[in-house]
Amino acid sequence: MSKSINKISSTAIPLDQENVDTDQIIPARFLKATSRDGFGENLFRDWRYNSDGSPKKDFVLNDPTYSGKILVAGKNFGCGSSREHAAWAIKDAGLDVVVSSFFADIFKNNALNNFLLPVTVSDGFLQKTFAAIKKDPDTTIDVNLEAQTITLAATGDTEKFEINNYKKTCLLNGYDDIDYLISIRSEIENFEKSHA
Amino acid sequence: MAKTLFEKIWDRHVIKTIDGGPSVLYIDKHFIHEVTSPQAFKGLENRGLPLFRPESIVATADHNVPTLDQHLPIKEELSRVQVQKLIDNCKKHHIELYGLGHPYQGIVHVIGPELGITQPGMTIVCGDSHTSTHGAFGAIAFGIGTSEVEMVMGTQCLLQSKPKLMRINVEGSLNKGVVSKDIILYIIAKISASGATGYFVEYAGSAIRALSMEARMTICNMSIEMGARGGMIAPDSTTFDYLKGREFAPKGADWDKKVAGWKTLFSDKDARFDKEINIKAADIEPMITYGTNPGMGMSVSGHIPADSEIEEKEKHSYHKSLDYMGLQAGAAIKGKKVDYVFIGSCTNSRIEDLRMVASFVKGRKKAEHVEVWIVPGSKQVEQQAIKEGIDKVFEAAGFLLRQPGCSACLGMNEDKIPAGKYCISTSNRNFEGRQGPNARTLLASPLTAAVAAITGEVADIREFI
Ligand code: SF4
Repeated sequence: MSKSINKISSTAIPLDQENVDTDQIIPARFLKATSRDGFGENLFRDWRYNSDGSPKKDFVLNDPTYSGKILVAGKNFGCGSSREHAAWAIKDAGLDVVVSSFFADIFKNNALNNFLLPVTVSDGFLQKTFAAIKKDPDTTIDVNLEAQTITLAATGDTEKFEINNYKKTCLLNGYDDIDYLISIRSEIENFEKSHA
Repeated sequence: MAKTLFEKIWDRHVIKTIDGGPSVLYIDKHFIHEVTSPQAFKGLENRGLPLFRPESIVATADHNVPTLDQHLPIKEELSRVQVQKLIDNCKKHHIELYGLGHPYQGIVHVIGPELGITQPGMTIVCGDSHTSTHGAFGAIAFGIGTSEVEMVMGTQCLLQSKPKLMRINVEGSLNKGVVSKDIILYIIAKISASGATGYFVEYAGSAIRALSMEARMTICNMSIEMGARGGMIAPDSTTFDYLKGREFAPKGADWDKKVAGWKTLFSDKDARFDKEINIKAADIEPMITYGTNPGMGMSVSGHIPADSEIEEKEKHSYHKSLDYMGLQAGAAIKGKKVDYVFIGSCTNSRIEDLRMVASFVKGRKKAEHVEVWIVPGSKQVEQQAIKEGIDKVFEAAGFLLRQPGCSACLGMNEDKIPAGKYCISTSNRNFEGRQGPNARTLLASPLTAAVAAITGEVADIREFI
C-alpha cells in the first residue's frame, strides 16, 4: 500500500451510478480472507462478471476505453456495510482517488485510513466530470491534496474540496491514526483513572 | 448549558480534541466477530503492540457460521479457517469468546444486549455497521472499519469528529398491524438512504417511548440504512427493567448507583439539534421495500412510484434497480408471489419477533411453494423459543427453525437465496446480491413476512388480524 499522497494526475473511470453500496464494491462471499491483500480481483465482482465467470461487456471497468487511478461515481458512494475490504479492494485494483458528490461516513474513514483519497465535489462539478470523461476518455483529472483542488484538464474547470487539517497532514506525510494514539498512551491511562 | 443525550455521553468520553481536527474518543466496549477482526490482530502483531484492554472485548462467531448441524465442522473451508482464526486470536489475547457451541453464541448485536453487556451511557464499537443497534439503551454505538478495530484494540481510542445531531420524533399511537420495523422503514423511505449521512440520530416521542427494548433495537439497528452514523434512545424504566438481573448488568448497590446515573441521560429541554423531523405514528402503514436500497420502501397496499414521479437525474439508477427486482414502475406490490421467507438477522431475530410470528401462524400452514427459514438471533433466543413451544408452532406450519447466526442476511455463509427468487426478509438490506447473487429482497416486518409465508405472496397483514 502506497503511504502518503499529494498530487495525482490521471485519466479516470466513470461509474455513473448512485448509492453504490459496499456489497457491490465487494460482495460478502469474498470477505473470507484473513489478510488485507488480493481483494482487487473481486472488486465489483457481480457487476463485472457473469455467474460463469465471463466478463460483462457493458460494465465500465471492463471497457478498455476507460482506465486510470481515479474512479468517479454518483452520490452516496460506499453506503451500507462497514467492511474496510471495500477500500482495500479499490486500492488493490490500482485506484488512488474516488470522486463523488457524497460519501457514506464509514467508507470515507476507511478510505482515509488506507490512503485512498475520497474527493467530495458539488453535483454540478460531478456532472461536468462525467461529461468530460465521456467526451474524451483520455482526458486527465488533476487532484492536488496540498491545495485541496480538483481540476479537469479538458475544460480547466476547478473546484476546492474539503478535508480536515489533521487528516490532510496524515495523508501528506504517511501517518496513521494509530501512530498518533500510541504516542498519547499516558494521557489515555490518565483519563481511565477518573473514568468510571 | 443544555445538552443533548449524545453530547452528555460524548463529552464524558473525549480525552482531548486536536486543533482543527478530530477528538480522541475513549471506547468502553468493543465487540468483535470473525470477518472484520483478523487483519486487526495481524496489524497489531506487525507493530509488536499488545492489546491494551482485552477485558473490554467480547467476541462471537456469527457471519460465517452454518445454521444447521452446528455441532459438525464448518464445511466451507475459508469460513472454517476464518472462524478458527478468531478462536486462536481470542485464546492468544485472552478475549472472552462466545463461539459455536457456547450457550451465549449468537449475532453480535443480539447477544450484547441480552447479556446485559450493553448499558446506557457507554461508548460501544464493533467492526460492523449495525452496531447502532446498541444505541437503543442510550449508548453511543457505531460501526467501524478494521483499521479502527486495530486502533481500539491497541489504544482503546478512536479519532472521531463530532457528528451533526438529528432528532426524529414519532408521536401518537401505531395503527393495527404496524410494528417498529414499519416505523423505521417508513422513516428511511421518507428521508432516503442517504438522508441522515453525517448525523447521529436520537429517536424520541411518545410512539418510541411506548416501545419495548427489543422493538427499540429494531429501530436503532437500521439507522445506518439512512446513512446515520448511529441512532439512540434515551434510557427509561423500560430500559432499566430490561437490564435488571441480566448476566453482566450491575448488581446490588452498584445497580442503584448506576441507575441513578443513567437517569440523567436524556436531552435537556433546550438542547439544540442540527435537524428535527416530526412524524405522526398514525401515518405509518405496514411497509415493504421494492428496490435495491432500504430507502425504496412503500406501504404494502401502495404502488411502486411511476416513472413520472422520479427526478430526471435519478431515473437511470431507479430503472436499473427495478430491472434487477423484476418489478414494474407504477405497479402494485400486493399479490406479488414470493419464493422465500427469511425471519432473522440482528434487526428482527429476538424472542419477541419469534413470538409475534408464532402468534400469527399458530394453526395456519405455509403456502406450498414457499420456503420459510426462521433463524434465531442467539442460542438463548433459540432455547427460549423451544421452552415456550414456539418451535412446535413453526414445525406445524411447515417452517424450519434453524440455529443462530447471520444466515441469509448477507449471502456469505451457506444460507443464500437463489438467483432470481423473491425473498421477504426481516433483515435490513436489500442491496443487489445481498442475500446471494441475483437474489431479490423485499424488506418487511416479521408480521408482514409471516403473512407472506402463509399466503405465498405479498399481503396486507391488516386484512388478516
Ligand atoms: S445479521 Fe446481517 S446485518 Fe446483522 S450483523 Fe449479521 S450480517 Fe450484519
